[in-house]
Amino acid sequence: MKRYGKTTALAGIDLAARQGTVLGVLGPNGAGKTTAVRILATLLRADEGRATVGGLDVVRQAAKVRRIIGLTGQYASVDEDLTGMENLVLIGRLLDFRRAEAKARGAQLLAEFGLTEAGDRKAKTYSGGMRRRLDLAASLVGRPDVIYLDEPTTGLDPAKREDVWKIVRSLVADGVTVLLTTQYLEEADALADEISVIDHGKVIAHGTPAELKRVVGGQTILARPSDPARLAETAAVLSAVAGRPAESPARGVVTVPVAGDAAFTEVVRRLAVEGIGVAELSLRLPSLDEVFFTLTGHHTEEEAA
Amino acid sequence: MTLTLTPTAVAATRERRFGLVRHSLALARRSLVKTLRTPEQLLDVTLQPIIFVLIYVFLLGGAVAGNTHDYLQFLLPAIMVQTVLFGGMATGVNLNTDISKGVFDRFRSLPIGRSAPLIGSVLGDLIRYVVAIASLSVIGAIMGFRIQTSLPSAILAGLLTIVFAFCLSWVFVLVGVVMRGAGGVQGTAFLLLFPLTFGTSMITPKETLPGWLQAWVEVNPVSHLMEAARGLMLGGPVASHAVWALVWSAGMLAVFAPLAVRAYRRRA
Repeated sequence: MKRYGKTTALAGIDLAARQGTVLGVLGPNGAGKTTAVRILATLLRADEGRATVGGLDVVRQAAKVRRIIGLTGQYASVDEDLTGMENLVLIGRLLDFRRAEAKARGAQLLAEFGLTEAGDRKAKTYSGGMRRRLDLAASLVGRPDVIYLDEPTTGLDPAKREDVWKIVRSLVADGVTVLLTTQYLEEADALADEISVIDHGKVIAHGTPAELKRVVGGQTILARPSDPARLAETAAVLSAVAGRPAESPARGVVTVPVAGDAAFTEVVRRLAVEGIGVAELSLRLPSLDEVFFTLTGHHTEEEAA
Repeated sequence: MTLTLTPTAVAATRERRFGLVRHSLALARRSLVKTLRTPEQLLDVTLQPIIFVLIYVFLLGGAVAGNTHDYLQFLLPAIMVQTVLFGGMATGVNLNTDISKGVFDRFRSLPIGRSAPLIGSVLGDLIRYVVAIASLSVIGAIMGFRIQTSLPSAILAGLLTIVFAFCLSWVFVLVGVVMRGAGGVQGTAFLLLFPLTFGTSMITPKETLPGWLQAWVEVNPVSHLMEAARGLMLGGPVASHAVWALVWSAGMLAVFAPLAVRAYRRRA
């Protein structure tokens, strides 16, 4: 059990992540996600309260904590004037690897993250996705037991996001404990074993993704008929499947909240039977804003992190 | 992309001894590589001092020394000191920029001494002082400056200057760690360096200055350094000036290095 205790630099939050699992910390900008990570990474001291990582106190045993953690910040923290390889070797050397071993570890990580060919180029020439991968690689040089990923996919396109997700999953498979902060319920749902939703420095909900989705109303089906004239018929199909009236939040689009995954297949089947073509049909999780509205009754505020 | 993150079976053997020295040197190397890859960062220790030498020698040489050749002999050891000391300012500015970037967060999350990134920066920037001295030696030689003593003695002048600059640069490190922006660091460093370097006999003999200014020149540690450099390159009294310069160096290091490290620890 790893316990992340109370901190009142935030308004006071309790987070706990079990070893070998992913704890997702979900919240809008300014909720205190980065502050929590910085305290746990020994970069910032809490004004009050305690935090422990792997049983070690982050203030009194900071040096030992630093031996078992890896940090990937919100903005890729690599040195842009150094090559990918040089970045990794530097971290290895700072972690007391012998030169040859630092190089071997660097080469291994570059290969694992698909950066071997870019290894000799300065990091400033990397694309956003490559930089993120190098950043992740840099936090893994010392094979940490606990990894902090502070919004690791913010600003990445969906394909690159999937790449990062794969990496996170393989880390957890190796027994690493991951603390993941994100603004996307979708991401927390895809990766986390447990999710803590925080707002204004407080945990406002905690549970498994399934529990959380139950609270916030599961998923929503969205349909856009190719022929706008058939909107009413489409709405009727959605309403019949969901057992509640469909809404039209935007022109030419109807949506309805659904409880189970089977509903989507049923909608597809019925639309086919009725011969209604669709330009857009999706099953999506509630957005962070919808989660917040359900949990707190107010929408997320855009604040500086 | 393959994703087979090898589990922790292959534990590397870790070095254990002299951690702070090894970490500082690794970070100094980083700083050095960065400087060499962005040579435009060296303009203040290459082209700029050359321009100053030209301006001083041709504008003031006739008035101060009667001719430009004699003035060059008088000026060069002192302007070497000024250039090297100003060269240390960049350490504070670069550090300030570095800290605000994510890479320093990573250093701070690693199990290394809190002072290692600062020592690394200061050591890595020693190259700037060497470049400054080399650059001035070349332009000096071309313009007719001749060492009156011996080469080892002149090299000693350079080394003394580097030692002093190394110790003084901890002041800039402190400023770099404390200030919010790089512009503020530069401004503060200028405010410190102007009285220190110009409040000396660098451009004109001390005797021509008003009394209050002479009093400042007398106590200014940089005066001692400049006089020691002149003595080592041109002949004349050296010992007491050199001792004062070294005493001041040790004092600055003893006071400002711990302050800088403490400020860095506290900076969120």
